[in-house]
Amino acid sequence: MAAVTELTGNAPALDVRDLWAGYNGPAVLKNVSFQAPRGKIIGIIGPNGAGKSTLFKTVLNLMKPWRGDALIFGKPIGLQRNLIGYMPQIELVDWNFPVSVMDVTLMGRYGNIGLFRRPSKEDRDAARESLERVDMGDLGDRLIRELSGGQRRRTLLARALTNHPKLLLLDEPMAGLDSALQHQFISILRSLRDAGTTVVLNTHDLSCVSAACDLSLCLNCSVVAYGSPKEVLVEEVLNRTFGAHLLMVHMDGQAYAYQHHSHQTGGKE
Amino acid sequence: MLDPLIEPLEFAFMQRALIAACLAAVACAMVGAFVVLKGLAFMGDAVAHSSLTGMATAYALGGSILWGALAWVVPASLVITFVSRRANVMLDTSIGIIYASGFALGVIIIGQSSNYAVDLFGFLFGNVLGASWGDIYIVGGVAGVIAIVIFAFYKELIFTSYDSTMATVSGAPTRLIEYLIPLLIGVTTVVALQTVGIVLLLALLITPAATARVLARRFPAMMAAGVGFGLVSTITGLYLSYHLNLATGPAIALVSTGLFALALAFSPTGGLGLLRKRRV
Repeated sequence: MAAVTELTGNAPALDVRDLWAGYNGPAVLKNVSFQAPRGKIIGIIGPNGAGKSTLFKTVLNLMKPWRGDALIFGKPIGLQRNLIGYMPQIELVDWNFPVSVMDVTLMGRYGNIGLFRRPSKEDRDAARESLERVDMGDLGDRLIRELSGGQRRRTLLARALTNHPKLLLLDEPMAGLDSALQHQFISILRSLRDAGTTVVLNTHDLSCVSAACDLSLCLNCSVVAYGSPKEVLVEEVLNRTFGAHLLMVHMDGQAYAYQHHSHQTGGKE
Repeated sequence: MLDPLIEPLEFAFMQRALIAACLAAVACAMVGAFVVLKGLAFMGDAVAHSSLTGMATAYALGGSILWGALAWVVPASLVITFVSRRANVMLDTSIGIIYASGFALGVIIIGQSSNYAVDLFGFLFGNVLGASWGDIYIVGGVAGVIAIVIFAFYKELIFTSYDSTMATVSGAPTRLIEYLIPLLIGVTTVVALQTVGIVLLLALLITPAATARVLARRFPAMMAAGVGFGLVSTITGLYLSYHLNLATGPAIALVSTGLFALALAFSPTGGLGLLRKRRV
């Protein structure tokens, strides 16, 4: 933490400013502005098609925004790659590829090794340490196709951790995990946060946000609400965020939110 | 007892054929590892077929057919990638366009050429017994460049093949690799043209690497095993062709396929697992 503060002043971990982005059709992101303060877990929630992944792609410079920008600790991402760890959606990775858990984790270091050079002992040590942080220390030799869903996610997380990032971007990290594995994953994220890492994650799962996040950003093309889960996960905001995708059921003075595509999620007064 | 193995080597053309075929097998298997993992077999087939234009042009002008093919495949493989990026079409669509147009143009040029090209047919199905030392130098030089490029960009090639999004985020030169892989495939077809020809190229590019894919656990082992299977296929195919008077290209292709079938049948992990113990 101290190192970051010295390095980059007091800028927020992520500063998204008036971001507009889209593909060939209408804008997917409209006027999105928010700041992710340091040392918090921020959950971005919204229905499918709300622009969650597009937001990540734009922040990571994988696609150019139409307008606006995103600063990482006060500077453009090109200068700050080393401060970022990124975990892609699990479905976007080829799990049949003939590589071991250690091979994949080491890839997190490739960006810093440089062309024409092989990973050093230091790189291997960093990868091993990352695996230990996600409780995968003894699975380094395992082929990735032999892993369970929870282990696959932890492998990708370990890869994102190899450079000791100050900002972690996780794209749908909990999708498809059962609640025991979600809790395991959340406790890993909490320990990272407590060590000073800022975590920004995407999800369409309300329970994940209320259980794991310090701050919650409701996104549906533009920012609907941003604040603590308690303030934000209320019926009126959720209705505006999810629209027809969300079904609110009132029962015994509680409002339960159901998402159309999936199982029952969080409950709120 | 070793006579059947030694006797063919008394002929200079068999020695040259063996060298050319082994160079082709090594280059193909190395590049083939990426082709198999990325599902780019169609690209290999297409670049090979389209190279008929380069070969026919070189032949009509009286130049070296191999140089003609090389001069064609480099721009062709770059255009495939460029078109798919820019024209907003799927990669296999732009591959298909190059495939058909390159092959069509090649056939037209052959038809216009006054000296009807008998040895162009050798390039369709391979004519490695006709390899000259000049050919071997070209093939060897190109194969050497391919090997150097693969070793130089080894980790970037793996990273991009496995997860190009993450590779881009890490600052790896994914754009370069995106063009490099088709280029490698294109240049490899030139190396293999004499051995298996345009039509049978996939037997050396895909099949040994696929055999290795079935058996090997990690990528380095897969690439090494692919090279081994490629060498066994070409050498065995050449001897079979000598003793049984078979066309060499098809003989190599069938040996290669036979190895794949064996791997599939007896693989300990994947495949049909005939030797695997059944779990009750």
